[in-house]
Amino acid sequence: MSAKKIKISVKVNGIQHTAEVEARLLLVHYLRDVLDLTGTHVGCDTTQCGACTIMLNGEAVKSCTVLAVQADGGEVMTVEGIGSMEQLHPIQEGFWEKHGLQCGFCTSGVMMATMGLLQENPEPTEQEIREGLKGVICRCTGYQYIVGAIQDAAQRMSEAKRGEEIETLHAGGGK
Amino acid sequence: MIPSTFDYVRAETVEDAIKLLVESEGEGKLLAGGHSLLPLMKFRLTSPGTLIDINHISDLQGVQLKDERLVVGALTTHRDIIKDQLVQEHIPVLAQTARQIGDIQVRSRGTVGGNIAHADPAADLPGVALALEAEIELQDEDGKQRVSADGFFFGPLLTALPETSVLTAVSFLIPPMHAKSVYVKYEHPASGYAVVGVCAIAGKNASGKVDFIRVGINGVSDVAYRASAVEEALLGKAVTEENIRKAALLATKDAEMSGDMFASAEYRSHLCSIYTERALKQVLL
Repeated sequence: MSAKKIKISVKVNGIQHTAEVEARLLLVHYLRDVLDLTGTHVGCDTTQCGACTIMLNGEAVKSCTVLAVQADGGEVMTVEGIGSMEQLHPIQEGFWEKHGLQCGFCTSGVMMATMGLLQENPEPTEQEIREGLKGVICRCTGYQYIVGAIQDAAQRMSEAKRGEEIETLHAGGGK
Repeated sequence: MIPSTFDYVRAETVEDAIKLLVESEGEGKLLAGGHSLLPLMKFRLTSPGTLIDINHISDLQGVQLKDERLVVGALTTHRDIIKDQLVQEHIPVLAQTARQIGDIQVRSRGTVGGNIAHADPAADLPGVALALEAEIELQDEDGKQRVSADGFFFGPLLTALPETSVLTAVSFLIPPMHAKSVYVKYEHPASGYAVVGVCAIAGKNASGKVDFIRVGINGVSDVAYRASAVEEALLGKAVTEENIRKAALLATKDAEMSGDMFASAEYRSHLCSIYTERALKQVLL
């Protein structure tokens, strides 16, 4: 056994990073401690609470249960990458408008899990939203406002998509 | 929590992985989705000297239709299963079960091969694998072999998988056209694991008698099992609520119920019959 370092190259929020890491370094620690992206949180550290949820190669995953070396060659998106202070992502807008949080600790993970959910199912029913939230734990809100925030986000995203479609149609000379 | 130090190597082919397993002299472990192995390593319940990452072996991905069976590559994730066209068309119960495993994030990473190889008695796939007469495909230095699910699961986290073999695929029987199938589960409210999970696949003939039945159960005992007593009690019998109820009472006959802080053996035994009855009613009535 040795603490041999392994070279990895990962695109995080659109920026390519390379680093030499120990094989046992968890992806969440790579993001937080090496890249200083502390929006991704460590809650339970046992694959249950979902506070560490990020997108890895387009899928929502719990970054406390992935090794950094497993993300080598891949693409990661964290909560820092989804919107900016000037232009919030529709999911962030939904959580802002409907106050889908209380203490805020779980919120980044919940929003990333929402991204995973809405990607699979852009217009979920309330039941589907509740099932989709199975992988995150919030100890404050009782989930009610989170569900409202996700419904709001889903609506914003589908309206934005419809707007884009109409624009494309007009640009293409449609009526 | 951080695992203890280990060496990390990537296998590019199945042969490569086997060679690395042999060379590691019992210290090596295969890493697929890592959703069973990494939590154990973080708790330091296991500390392999070498992790052999098999995620880059493309032969282990995907679902194929072969000889009336669906062959699911070991690296196929639960998310892949839910979305797979062949699964939806031929064995929808596999997708219906996958949808009940963990949560969205876990299903993105967890694999079919990993789930079966890990053999957690409260996992959802073993019971379904037994009901679908699964064959576990293994490969080692001497070649390939198949082990039926019946002879694969020995006990909690114990299987017939030899230390230097790679589980390459799991093939599932496509049930007869007229049979319906379902997986029903009472899950632990915190962990989501099955306290009881019952997979029932059954069909009846033109005169309303059961002519095909398979029941696989996980969660209630140390190891998933086929509920043969239930199958025997119903095969050839008329489909009536009374016959189903009587047969479901035999659901615990082929296993010893386990008890823990959450559910006593007595409670599990009760749930086991109830859920078996529900599953049978869904597919037969």
